[in-house]
Amino acid sequence: MTQTDPILTVAGLSKTFILHLREGARLPVVAGAGFELHAGECVALGGPSGAGKSSLLKMVYGNYRVDAGTIQVRDGDETVDVATADPRRLIRLRGQTMGYVSQFLRVIPRVGALDVVAEPLIGDGVAREEATARAGALLARLNLPERLWQLPPATFSGGEQQRVNIARGLIAHRPLLLMDEPTASLDAANRAVVVELIEEKKRAGVGILGIFHDAEVREAVCDRVIDVTEFARAA
Amino acid sequence: MNAPLLATGTTSTTGAMPEIRYNFAYLDEQTKRMIRRAILKAIAIPGYQVPFAAREMPMPYGWGTGGVQVTAAVLGPDDVLKVIDQGADDTTNAVAIRGFFEKTARVATTTVTTQATVIQTRHRIPETALSENQILVYQVPIPEPLRFLEPRETETRQLHALAEYGLMHVKLYEDIARHGHIATTYAYPVEVAGRYVMDPSPIPKFDNPKMDDCPALQLFGAGREKRIYAIPPHTRVRSLDFEDHPFKVQRFAKPCALCAATGVYLDEVILDDRGGRMFVCSDTDYCNTRQAQGHVGELGVPGGGFPQNAVMPGRNSGIHDVPPSHPVQDVDPRVKPGDDGISGGTPPAGMTREGTI
Amino acid sequence: MITQHDQPLLIAEGLSKNYGARIGCRDVSLAVHPGEVLAVVGESGSGKSTLLGVLSTELAPSAGRVSYRMRDGRMADLASLGAAERRLLMRTDWGFVRQNPAEGLRMAVSAGGNVGERLMAVGWRHYGNIRAEALDWLAKVEIAGDRIDDDPRAFSGGMRQRLQIARNLVTRPRLVFMDEPTGGLDVSVQARLLDLIRGLVAELGLAVVIVTHDLAVARLLSHRMVVMRHGRVIETGITDQVLDDPREPYTQLLVSSVLAA
Repeated sequence: MTQTDPILTVAGLSKTFILHLREGARLPVVAGAGFELHAGECVALGGPSGAGKSSLLKMVYGNYRVDAGTIQVRDGDETVDVATADPRRLIRLRGQTMGYVSQFLRVIPRVGALDVVAEPLIGDGVAREEATARAGALLARLNLPERLWQLPPATFSGGEQQRVNIARGLIAHRPLLLMDEPTASLDAANRAVVVELIEEKKRAGVGILGIFHDAEVREAVCDRVIDVTEFARAA
Repeated sequence: MNAPLLATGTTSTTGAMPEIRYNFAYLDEQTKRMIRRAILKAIAIPGYQVPFAAREMPMPYGWGTGGVQVTAAVLGPDDVLKVIDQGADDTTNAVAIRGFFEKTARVATTTVTTQATVIQTRHRIPETALSENQILVYQVPIPEPLRFLEPRETETRQLHALAEYGLMHVKLYEDIARHGHIATTYAYPVEVAGRYVMDPSPIPKFDNPKMDDCPALQLFGAGREKRIYAIPPHTRVRSLDFEDHPFKVQRFAKPCALCAATGVYLDEVILDDRGGRMFVCSDTDYCNTRQAQGHVGELGVPGGGFPQNAVMPGRNSGIHDVPPSHPVQDVDPRVKPGDDGISGGTPPAGMTREGTI
Repeated sequence: MITQHDQPLLIAEGLSKNYGARIGCRDVSLAVHPGEVLAVVGESGSGKSTLLGVLSTELAPSAGRVSYRMRDGRMADLASLGAAERRLLMRTDWGFVRQNPAEGLRMAVSAGGNVGERLMAVGWRHYGNIRAEALDWLAKVEIAGDRIDDDPRAFSGGMRQRLQIARNLVTRPRLVFMDEPTGGLDVSVQARLLDLIRGLVAELGLAVVIVTHDLAVARLLSHRMVVMRHGRVIETGITDQVLDDPREPYTQLLVSSVLAA
């Protein structure tokens, strides 16, 4: 295995939702999806709404299950197939290799923004003090007023929550990052910060697979675009 | 089964009442054998509560039915019986039980601790050291030391079986947390022979050290709950405590007002209705003996006390030669024998917290 | 390489429990690993509490077996343990947090006594040390130290549950069973309790089997989940996977029945 091997290899990926509550209606998502992602590369999933971009991203993360195909993720010296991995292996993969920046922050009651952001680092074994300091630095970069740091983000505005979410998603090093519209509700200044952060990740060798609706951001960070409609048509 | 009477069919010469002859010590032989088997088992497993088929006795529960059955089972014709209630030979419960065995077993009775071979007691251990030739029989209201913390019998049996006695310390912990010291002053739990935790019956914790390495056999009978347990002679008996709150017995500020004894358990006696009171030995035999030996306390009279001829000959007839009266009357305000039952027991009269009174 | 951490702490194989003709749970197999929170979800009567009872040896299984990795590393069939060993396990290496605090606490014993009981049960005999440890644990579950001598009857529902947690965790167990620990609490009280549990689980590396009908609780606390219906496990997986992409008709119904939060 060499450095040029892809960090993510998707092949023959298919999924159909079966809606049992609607008489078993079948909702095809993707069929035969296949692509590769290399370290230091940022790839956008492209296509109109409903083409299955988000579902594909969630399948890679193991959030959605897979009907057929493989999702090979390089995890150190091993390769893990997300499609068939044991749940505990997948949890470990998420813990050390694969990060996910969702569209919305899932708020945890009573936990302050700073701790929300620092948590992945603490999970990695970083001392609480250092983790909190790094979380603070990142939130500062993202222009989140310091008076908010100790507050639970439940009452924050959409943009503030999203910045907390991005900080939480980017604070720890994960060789593979999945990003679902990371800049959706941000103003121009903060979008620029996120672009910077993504560039830094790329320079650090992180492979990024994302959905970037904002054309400006996409132009700035993405090396190429995978058109998901190809896979949807096949389905 | 419960047919202690051997109705002889003969009638008394003096009247129409049929002559009633009791089997020796009231209980029939099979019953006594059953109780003896329970006692043997109890001796073999010190501190373990052995179930037995307790009989209805001609006295209410709480008046010593358990102790009476144990006494009946161990008593022989040559025994000399002493019965005390809170240390006194002359209180209602003691008098009634002594009379019961005088009548049904015709054994000799005594008030002198050293002369007795069997001593039945409620709430005290005599001050005079006991010997190898003696059996001390305790009346027990509630034999289960864990009962007030764990009401389920199935569970307390498990706890005993597995020697899980943390719960007992929870009770002592609660005492210290609420009162600043272990406030349990009677029925203070003990560990017997390093294994079973046992309720020593409602004796003051003052008496607990006397159970340790005692040369006499100690038997415990609970009539209502149908349990017998025992401490064989010279068995290690340890009162439970905490390292930083070690077990301590009560101390009294003044000696006995009548015999000047110190280091003994004292009862409070009200002298008048103006607050006058004195503290005297709860063990009447001990006090009388000391007074007869010339010890005089603050309120004592030289030459006081009772004569030493306290051994009464056994009666040779089971016939009522005294007009039968209700066997027990509450003649002494200090003593309420029926009280020691379900309510958890009030402390014996004169009981105080450790320290001074 | 398989590290100690990868080896399961508890393994259930083919567990069934019948109540006469009625089925409590049927043919359940699962494994719980150190530091892992496993949620058992399903509606009332689905057999999840029965499963918890059988896993924790409170109920004897009609079939199947439960094995546990003892502190010395050996895997023991729980049915083969003697009562003494099993009970020692339950009050040292395990905890059990119940929905009804009256079942999990001694309501007439002070908070300190409740927390100290397990310590005394394992031989602590120094009042001062027991009290100090109890105070430490009360602080950990956010109960003010000056309440140490109050009994739980004077506590609110949330405090009682937190006291229950302290009482269980004081011996540093490795596995804790929880039966609807947040059931019947106000939402704000629930949030505080969940956060507390979440923090302690992470800090102490506890393995937890939590029974809940509340999918939000399962999402917040658990890594993996099993869905039960009619006494059987019908679906398992990573918690977000089961909740976001449920496969079974019943799970889809369960998930779609939850009010969005």
